[in-house]
Amino acid sequence: MAERLTRDDVLKVARLARLHLTEEEVERFTGQLAAVLEHAADLAALDLHDVPPTARPVPLVNVLRADEPRPCLDRDEVLAEAPAAEDGRFRVPPILGEAP
Amino acid sequence: MTAGATSRDPATASAIAADVRAGRRRAADVLDEHLAAIAAREPDVHAFNLVLGDQARSEAEAVDEAVAAGRDPGPLAGVPVAVKDNICTRGVATTCSSRILEGWRPPYDATVVTRLRRAGAVIVGKTNCDEFAMGSSTESSAFGPTRNPHDLTRVPGGSSGGSAAAVAAGFVPVALGSDTGGSIRQPASLCGVVGVKPTYGAVSRYGLVAYASSLDQVGPMAATVADAALVLDVIAGHDPADSTSIPGPRPGVAAALGEGVEGLRVGLVGELTSDAAPDVVARVAAAAAALESAGAKVEDASLPAATYGLAAYYLIAPAEASSNLARYDGVRYGLRVDGSDTDAMFAATRTAGFGPEVKRRIMLGTYALSAGYYDAYYGQAQRVRTLLIRDFEAAFERFDLLLAATSPTTAFPLGAKVDDPLAMYLMDVATIPANLAGIPAMSVPYGAGDDGLPVGVQVLAPALGESLMFRAAAVLERSRR
Repeated sequence: MAERLTRDDVLKVARLARLHLTEEEVERFTGQLAAVLEHAADLAALDLHDVPPTARPVPLVNVLRADEPRPCLDRDEVLAEAPAAEDGRFRVPPILGEAP
Repeated sequence: MTAGATSRDPATASAIAADVRAGRRRAADVLDEHLAAIAAREPDVHAFNLVLGDQARSEAEAVDEAVAAGRDPGPLAGVPVAVKDNICTRGVATTCSSRILEGWRPPYDATVVTRLRRAGAVIVGKTNCDEFAMGSSTESSAFGPTRNPHDLTRVPGGSSGGSAAAVAAGFVPVALGSDTGGSIRQPASLCGVVGVKPTYGAVSRYGLVAYASSLDQVGPMAATVADAALVLDVIAGHDPADSTSIPGPRPGVAAALGEGVEGLRVGLVGELTSDAAPDVVARVAAAAAALESAGAKVEDASLPAATYGLAAYYLIAPAEASSNLARYDGVRYGLRVDGSDTDAMFAATRTAGFGPEVKRRIMLGTYALSAGYYDAYYGQAQRVRTLLIRDFEAAFERFDLLLAATSPTTAFPLGAKVDDPLAMYLMDVATIPANLAGIPAMSVPYGAGDDGLPVGVQVLAPALGESLMFRAAAVLERSRR
C-alpha cells in the first residue's frame, strides 16, 4: 500500500503535467488529493491478483478504412483557429533553446 | 415547468415536430417562442455559454422552406435543441466551459450535431457545464455556475447542468449532454427532467471533446420520456468516424414505449440506494411499487463491487483525463501564454487555462499512472471494474432491469461542496457503476423530496437494452400523472 501523498509528490506530478502551482495551491492540492487517495486505499487493500483488469467496457477490434484519398479538414480553417501559424504550419517558440 | 408534460403537450419535441411537419406551426415561430423564454429567465439561470440567435433563425427558416416545398425536414422538424458546450459545432465557439478553449471555433461538427440537423432540429445554443465535464454541480465552469430553475439558490447538478436547467426552465424541450460518471443522469434528477446515458458505443462520440474515453457517452435530456426516445433514435447508430461505435443496425426505442413492464423482473439495487437520503429512498420505493402495480416482479438485487465503484472511477477517469488533456498545450487551438521556449509555453498556457478541478484531476491521474503507483491505484481500479462487470452480469441473469437512486440527495445549495472535492465526488456514487460497466441507464423524474425539490430514480439495463429501459421509464412517467 502506497504511503500518504506528500507535497513533494504534488510538486512532481505538477511538473510532469506541465502545471505551475503557487505555494498556497501546493498546500491545498496536497490535502485534497491525499483525501481522495485515502478513499482509494480501500481498493489498494483488496486481493485481486487473480482478477484480470478491464480497460474498456466493450470488446473492441481495430478499425481500418480503405486506403483511398478523400477530403479531410480544411488546412486554412484549422490554422485560422491556432494561436500562431506561419507558412501553412503551426508556429511554436524555440524547442531547443535556439532561435529557429 | 415542463416536467410531467404529456406527449400531447404542445411544448414537447414530439408535438412541435408533428405540427411543423404538418404545416400547422412554423419552425421560425417555435424558435421565437423559445428565444423569448430564454430572454426572460436566462439572466437568472445561466444555462447557456452561447445562444445562437441568427444561425438558429436561418436553420428554422430552412425547415419552414422545406415544409412549404413539400419536403419532410425529419423527425425533429423545427425542434429547438440545446447542445452541451463540450460537443463540437463547426464555426461556433466550443469552450468546454474552460478558459483554455475560450473563443475556439471547431472546424467540424460532431456526428450527433450533424444527425440532429439532418433530422430538422434547430440548434439554439451551447450549454454551460463543469469545466471539461469534470464536476457534479456546474460550479467548476470558468464562466460561472448555472442555477437550478426550481430554486435559484441551488445547483442544477452536473456536469451537464446547463442542458438540464435549459430543459427544466422550458428554454428547449430537449438537449444533449454527456455522461462520464453520471453527468447526464445526476443533473436530470436534480432538475426534474429525463436524462439518458446510452450503452457505451451506441451513440457516436466523434466531436465530443474527450474526458475519460473508456467512460464518455453522449445522450439526450428531455422533459418527457417520449422526447428522450425521439432524440436517442436520431443520434444513435453506427458511425465509422468513432472506433468505439458499435456496428450494425438496431431497432429504435420509441416504438417500444407503450409495451409496459408486465412480467418483467426488476432488481432493486441496495448498494446504490440505501445510503441515499431517506426522502430519496422513499421515492425509489414508490417507483418500485409503481412497476409492481404495472405487472413487474420487483426483488432485491445486489452488486457487491459497487461499493468500490466510486474509488475506482476517481482513479480511472482522472488517469484517462490526464492523458486526454495533454493536448491542450497552446500549439493547435485555444489559449497560448508565451514562454521563453516550448516547454515554458506549455506550462504557462496550462497553468493559466485550466481551473482548479481540472488541475486536481490531471494531477490525480498523473499520480495514479506514475511509476511505483500504477499497480496500486490504476491497476487495482481496472480489476475492480472487472468485478463490477461480473456483478452486473450476475444481476442480469436474474433480472431484466435494475432500479436504484440516481442522486443521493436533491439539489444542494451553491457553494456547499466546492471546497470539499470528495464530498462532491460522492454525488456520483449511484451513477458511476453504469459507466464502468458500459451499460445504459437513465434517470426519470419521480416526485419531490422533503424540501419540495425534484427527485429522479434510475433504471439500468443490460448493454443495448435501451428499449426495455425506456418501457419501464414510460411506465414510471405514466404512474405520476
